[in-house]
Amino acid sequence: MSQLIKGNQIAPDEWTRVIPPSFGDEPVRKQAGKVVMFKLHDEETFTQKQIDATEIPATGKVLLPLTIWLAKKDSLAARMAAGEIGIVLQTHEPIEKLVEAFDDLNKLPVIAIYVQIFADGRNFTLGNLLRTRYDFNNELRAVGDIMRDQLYFLKRSGFDSYLIKEGRNAEEAIASLDDFKQPYQGATDDVPVWRRVSRS
Amino acid sequence: MYKYDKIDQQLVNERVAQYRDQTRRYLAGELSEDEFRPIRLQNGLYIQRLAPMLRIAVPYGLLSSKQLHKLGDIAKKYDKDYGHFSTRQNLQLNWPKLEDVPDILAELATVEMHAIQTSGNCIRNITTDQFAGVAPDELFDPRAMAEIIRQWSTFHPEFALLPRKFKIAVSGTKEDRAVVQMHDIGMEFFKNENDDIRIKVWVGGGLGRTPILGSVIHENLEWQHALSYCEAIVRTYNMHGRRDNSYKARIKILVKAIGIEAFKEQVDAEWAHSKNGPLTITQAEFDRVSTYFEPMPYETLPANDVSFDTQLASNPAFAAWVKRCVHPHKTAGYRAITLSLKTHGEAPGDASSAQMHTVAELADGYSFGELRVSHEQNLILADVKLSDLFTVWEKARAAGLATPNIGLLTDIICCPGGDFCNLANAKSIPIAKSIQAQFDNLDYLHDIGEIEINISGCMNACGHHHVGHIGILGVDKGDTEWYQVSLGGKQGNDASLSAVIGPSFSAEEMPSVIQKLIDVYVRERTPEERFIDTVRRLGMEPFKTHLYAEKIEVTT
Repeated sequence: MSQLIKGNQIAPDEWTRVIPPSFGDEPVRKQAGKVVMFKLHDEETFTQKQIDATEIPATGKVLLPLTIWLAKKDSLAARMAAGEIGIVLQTHEPIEKLVEAFDDLNKLPVIAIYVQIFADGRNFTLGNLLRTRYDFNNELRAVGDIMRDQLYFLKRSGFDSYLIKEGRNAEEAIASLDDFKQPYQGATDDVPVWRRVSRS
Repeated sequence: MYKYDKIDQQLVNERVAQYRDQTRRYLAGELSEDEFRPIRLQNGLYIQRLAPMLRIAVPYGLLSSKQLHKLGDIAKKYDKDYGHFSTRQNLQLNWPKLEDVPDILAELATVEMHAIQTSGNCIRNITTDQFAGVAPDELFDPRAMAEIIRQWSTFHPEFALLPRKFKIAVSGTKEDRAVVQMHDIGMEFFKNENDDIRIKVWVGGGLGRTPILGSVIHENLEWQHALSYCEAIVRTYNMHGRRDNSYKARIKILVKAIGIEAFKEQVDAEWAHSKNGPLTITQAEFDRVSTYFEPMPYETLPANDVSFDTQLASNPAFAAWVKRCVHPHKTAGYRAITLSLKTHGEAPGDASSAQMHTVAELADGYSFGELRVSHEQNLILADVKLSDLFTVWEKARAAGLATPNIGLLTDIICCPGGDFCNLANAKSIPIAKSIQAQFDNLDYLHDIGEIEINISGCMNACGHHHVGHIGILGVDKGDTEWYQVSLGGKQGNDASLSAVIGPSFSAEEMPSVIQKLIDVYVRERTPEERFIDTVRRLGMEPFKTHLYAEKIEVTT
């Protein structure tokens, strides 16, 4: 099962991620015979049928896809107030939709960015924007096709927890958070090197 | 040139360790093929037709003699005793073992080199004019800015996995030699009326399947904002570039789809958040990096040299070389020279280990220990004394590096093609060789004059066929290799993309196809008119008519 890295160590995962059911009739886009995994910006994430059929556990902390939250938020106000709701944004979903959905993003204990495949680097920009432009201060979690080799970039892009995909050694992966000690460019964690240290 | 400090060296060393571990995990089965692919590509390692190919970064084409010696040693130890200089001013090894790559990187790190971001969907090697810093028509030496951009882009956490590769070129001359218009971002530095450094920024150029010249996105950017502006562009691209179709994933497709005006609006909206922020380049940092690119300690020399004049007048072979391979220099008594890697019969851009050592020795003896790689796949010694030219020529000639064909028909730009590359539809090196064989007479070559033939083995266009005066593209029809010929492309300020002349030809037909195009040119040209100008004046028709009038004779 997937292991969570948080605060530079393996940590218990208190959150249950809600995943809408698949009926097999969702639209599938193909390119040269292969299924296209990358969704385009603002493309539909779940069909209405999937949204309707999504069951949310009655108790405990749940990570809800933004689409599901927007569809069912009226019945979830109390749990939101109790700090039991976190939101999952997929990399193709406009960040503005997330920002507009809450008067204060920091009411969310967790925002998770879901990346379907490793090679999708939009999660880095989304993390950066949440930290630098929208001042999100709580846990920012990377979920989906997450492995050791993205961790350093994710960390510099503002993430602070990482759900390593199943079958991968999360203990060993922790080391990669620190692959490079003095990076060149500025990011969410620091200014460019020439503003950080004297190089002359 | 730029010298690493502790910070640069540590980053490269850490990269070696990181990649060593990634290779270990791949070989141990902990990383799948699909997972390892983007990782190894970001380190310049392709799995090719016959063996892996490793692309070593040569930042903006600048090398020290020590580095070139090391490259020669590596090519001998880990490869088949030669390397290939690419159109992105890098060096490619065609036969390294995958398991050896961590060791190769460790050796490179000892001479301040690496293979970081030489492939993959990330910001690639920054390229520039091979005559940067010495060209008489230079308004601004772009190398310090190229280095600053290199550092900014190296392991940029937000841009590690872009929709597609991303190429940046910088130039600072009146006559563009860095082909800024065919890059994802092209930066043309100039000085305004107050002598302030400004940048004309182009975006969305690129060759490949859909060749497009870039559009101007900013006419007059202050240099201090170069990084924040680039970051705004790449961020916009990272979020909105198409990831669903790799053929439509370059920034040029995005710019074309929404139009340059709308794209500029998005970039400006993004830039409004970061302009004047921490990314603003400080004068101190610019000055720090610039100290590495100060002019060489030139001697004060007269503009002329008697021994040079004498040799020039008495030795026609030397004179022919000077005419083609020697270039003007800012400083009196100095010249830049091109060492041709286009020896007839050799793969364009290839250099043996022995040649690399020879060039490194020439650089040490006659050009302050530095050299450059041009995107035309030749090597340049940028600071040779006029009085040394004859000696350098003799030594270069002995090493097979003095073919006087720079800018002429046989100075062909050519990708590795189907002999090596997995992506290729057709071979390109044998086509280059057969054309060189057809035009092996130097007097004839000089009479034909300046012309650029660019060959790519597939539509990915590593051989830049769209901007060749004659472009040749390998195409696959069933199981046989065919070649599509196009005319009228050009690099430079008046860049243009070529147009296809007609149905494609077999490999055997290609030398005679080029011959017929040249015959029309020689027949139609006005005095002093270059091939490209004749094509532009007359259009495609006379060439096409002659080419397709009768069935092409197959040369045997």
